[in-house]
Amino acid sequence: MKICRLVVAFVTVLIVMPSLANSDYNMRQGVTDISHQVYELHMTIFLICCVIGVIVFGVMFWALLKHRKSTGAVAAQFHESTKVEILWTTIPFLILIGMAIPATKTLIAMEDTSKADLTIKVTGSQWKWHYEYMGHDVEFYSLLSTPRDEINDLQDKNDNYLLEVDNHLVIPTDRKVRFLMTSNDVIHSWWVPDFAVKKDANPGFINEAWTKVNEEGIYRGQCAELCGKDHGFMPVVVEAVSPENFEVWLDDAKAAKAKAAAESQAVAEQILSKEELMEVGEQTYMAYCAACHQPTGLGLPGVFPAMKGSEIVIGDLKPHIDILLLGRPGTAMQAFAKQLTIKQIAGVITYKRNSWGNDTGEVIQPSQIQQEIDALEEAK
Amino acid sequence: MSAIVEEHSNHGTPKGLQRWLFTTNHKDIGTLYLLFSLTMFLIGGAMAMVIRAELFQPGLQLVDPHFFNQMTTVHGLIMVFGAVMPAFTGLANWMIPMMIGAPDMALPRMNNWSFWILPFAFAILLMSLFLEGGGPAFGWTFYAPLSTTYSNDNTAFFVFSVHIMGISSIMGAINVIVTIVNLRAPGMTWMKLPLFVWTWLITAFLLIAVMPVLAGAVTMVLTDKFFGTSFFDAAGGGDPVMFQHIFWFFGHPEVYIMILPAFGIISTIVPTFSRKKLFGYASMVYATASIALLSFVVWAHHMFTTGMPLAGELFFMYATMLISVPTGVKVFNWVATMWRGAISFEVPMLFSIAFIVLFTIGGFSGLMLAITPADFQYHDTYFVVAHFHYVLVTGAVFSIMAAAYYWLPKWTGNMFDIKLAKLHFWLSLVSVNVLFFPMHFVGLAGMPRRIPDYALQFADFNAIISIGGFAFGLSQLLFVAVVYKCAKGGEQVPGKVWDGAEGLEWEVPSPAPYHTFSTPPEVK
Amino acid sequence: MQHGRLLRKLLLLTLGMFAFAFALVPLYDVFCDVTGLNGKPSMKVAEQSEAIIDSRQVEVSFTTHSQGHAPFKVDAAQHFVSVQPGKLTDVKFIAKNISDSDRILQAIPSVSPGKAAKYLHKMACFCFDQQPMKGKEEVEFVLRFYVDTELPDDVEELTLSYTLFDITERVSQTQNVQLGQLVALKEF
Repeated sequence: MKICRLVVAFVTVLIVMPSLANSDYNMRQGVTDISHQVYELHMTIFLICCVIGVIVFGVMFWALLKHRKSTGAVAAQFHESTKVEILWTTIPFLILIGMAIPATKTLIAMEDTSKADLTIKVTGSQWKWHYEYMGHDVEFYSLLSTPRDEINDLQDKNDNYLLEVDNHLVIPTDRKVRFLMTSNDVIHSWWVPDFAVKKDANPGFINEAWTKVNEEGIYRGQCAELCGKDHGFMPVVVEAVSPENFEVWLDDAKAAKAKAAAESQAVAEQILSKEELMEVGEQTYMAYCAACHQPTGLGLPGVFPAMKGSEIVIGDLKPHIDILLLGRPGTAMQAFAKQLTIKQIAGVITYKRNSWGNDTGEVIQPSQIQQEIDALEEAK
Repeated sequence: MSAIVEEHSNHGTPKGLQRWLFTTNHKDIGTLYLLFSLTMFLIGGAMAMVIRAELFQPGLQLVDPHFFNQMTTVHGLIMVFGAVMPAFTGLANWMIPMMIGAPDMALPRMNNWSFWILPFAFAILLMSLFLEGGGPAFGWTFYAPLSTTYSNDNTAFFVFSVHIMGISSIMGAINVIVTIVNLRAPGMTWMKLPLFVWTWLITAFLLIAVMPVLAGAVTMVLTDKFFGTSFFDAAGGGDPVMFQHIFWFFGHPEVYIMILPAFGIISTIVPTFSRKKLFGYASMVYATASIALLSFVVWAHHMFTTGMPLAGELFFMYATMLISVPTGVKVFNWVATMWRGAISFEVPMLFSIAFIVLFTIGGFSGLMLAITPADFQYHDTYFVVAHFHYVLVTGAVFSIMAAAYYWLPKWTGNMFDIKLAKLHFWLSLVSVNVLFFPMHFVGLAGMPRRIPDYALQFADFNAIISIGGFAFGLSQLLFVAVVYKCAKGGEQVPGKVWDGAEGLEWEVPSPAPYHTFSTPPEVK
Repeated sequence: MQHGRLLRKLLLLTLGMFAFAFALVPLYDVFCDVTGLNGKPSMKVAEQSEAIIDSRQVEVSFTTHSQGHAPFKVDAAQHFVSVQPGKLTDVKFIAKNISDSDRILQAIPSVSPGKAAKYLHKMACFCFDQQPMKGKEEVEFVLRFYVDTELPDDVEELTLSYTLFDITERVSQTQNVQLGQLVALKEF
């Protein structure tokens, strides 16, 4: 009887589940035609499985209940029946065909290669995303913005804990947006559940996916392929706005880029105080460097080198600036020349050279960084 | 267990450690495999406890993400190669010669070797966890370039260890095939073979076909990392996605390596306690063979999101869906075996019934995962974690438990503590579902796998899952207690332990003498 | 011993499967060439097209990505071109070595959507060879390509991406292996 009750409980769970659609229990219906189709497909197959389950387990538990030795059941002698066996091979086969038809239709709809209104190149790297609006000269990095203290339980977690970034990917609604995926290091996977888009970003190759969002809103997802230590800390946040607002945003972004260039020009001419550089440096370090080199500057032995007492950090300045600008071949150390402003780079170098017992006392000015960049960039 | 077996080893066999080190006796080696597997099950389980403790609540509390990744990786490797596969090999060693009326395995010295290299493989793997930089942290699937360019030098130990595991499995498989082909008792025709033997024969062929491919894959990882080749590096004309093709060409048949012997066990136990012949013996054999064959043409369903042409996606979707037909036939056959039987609920039967229900649930989620468009949403989430744990824990592991309870009295000559065993069953059954069922929900709601920390909406379910996990982990200690008690003593059992049991292994006394069927029995 | 023959066969099978794992590598490349799997285009010089379809325009866009630390900047003179299938088109790429030292550039092409890969034919491409570049050197590369007239109708736009690798260290360290691989690749 225990078993019987258990079955009832199981079946109840299975039957109740569909009614919890769009909750925290089930797949999201999402905000695109494709995601709706995928949801329908998921529910259809789920229900078919439930029905098969109820029938098969029903028969089994009936046998367990009625054909028990303790109730005096005597075993029958039959042990094969070609007719029945053919039947229960063909019926599942037909059910499968029934499932395959809508699945094929949805899949074909997903593989639409018609012309898109906007193409965005998505580049994954350990552990952030980079977005480039192709043909629009707008590009930026998108990093987790959840404070480290929240992760370490030193501060209350906000509602979007681990699902928030500094720069949202902004796309227009009602337009076909095409994503080209690639990676700068290991394999990542760009996933937004509300769009039913999940595509791997493979180093050296491009992949594509597309979406056409029906509703404005902010949609959150995560990297779905194990990509090393901070795999769990590289969310995807997409903001869908009306096409009109998107145009405005795009113009603003271009203007902001020009302004940033001008600012960096201005910063290059300023002399900043050590306090200011240390402050900028600490913020930058925590956002970009601490994931590997640790907030303590001790790194992870054998995996990520320590900053404390490091030869590069307390040695000559030029190799230190170069490694930040150009990265280090074959390691997770990236080229930060394009990711950070010269002020941030100057700050983080100052910070590293004057923290955790490193006491070079040096103050590095943005102008020094700019000089090094110019030296590197200078063609011929 | 050893004490009991030793009574019958009166042929001048060495005692103590030497006996176990140099043994070529299939029963001794079977015991070694089973004890080794149990040890690995506990070690791998302890790692799962670390994972569940970290995931008990959001935020990072116990371990850093790099160590977390090592735990998920090594947990997977140990459970697959250290717990499930050696357990089945142990059962094969113990039971196949007795089931087919053979005096021993065909290649006893190789048998000794194939076991004794295993502890070294796992010692190397576990040791690498304590080295600077830690052990493998790239998932048990070790996708390149995370495992090549971006891993640390300890990867060499991982590669070496996997090589040894592979060699051990291949030797074990060769032994099984030679034994079954050459040493069947007179009259034991192919279609009279017990199903456990049949499923193991097919599994052994799968092992020989795919373990060398895994060896190839790890070799390529090794040369890519240390010797400058570029199999998986686009810079030199390679392709990281090719790694996944090679890995899953091994990986998918591997899944069936871990479940086909389970099918054999369930097909042995269900008829015993239904007191009725197995329904559709021939179709069971054909279904097993067709599952094995299909397993070679479905590998890319693990890689739908890597970017595949439509035709590829459709082919792998259809082929995968097709596997549910022979699998369904098996489930229907088990149900038909119980139908109008005279069923009783001894512990092995309880585990078998749980297997049928819960494995089928894993099968259903497998079918859902096969549907490519839906897989884009399920892929690499906890839905997948739920799926393969239903198939491997309530599938493979439950079948191993069922087998252990079924044959333990035959091995030791003593009945196990039934009350304790039933307690083990019920606690395991409840906790395993508390552990794995909610994973379906968090997965569908969007929680990726292999993450050490998660968004707040997943918090409640993760707490429940962790509690289920701790309960399931602790419940397994009861199993250790039952086995220990049973080996030490208990109510004596006759040769035919279970009244409905059939097969040659029940015709010898319990405990099974050190040497059985020195003269082959006649099978009518 | 009666088991010897069977044992030998099984060992042979094991060795065969081990070799098969390595055979999968060239097999995979062939498979990619045939099906355009993974957007891997051919690294061979293509034959000239015999026909041009005037009535159809396909948009081909270009993008480059310096992998990791690679100190190269390669930009297409045009973001995209609109071409008629079969018609030869030249696109200029300006390549710069932004470092002080001599480096070797290897560009790896990739096409999306993947199914279009086998329909994009390159008659001249800087990706066919390793490109040694002096420190600070700026070079102009020309890509000469056409889109196959057989390109499926539903493909309205495609992207050719180059991932730029700095293979200087690899070439100096493992010259033989490296060249062997590249030659093997080109032979397909």
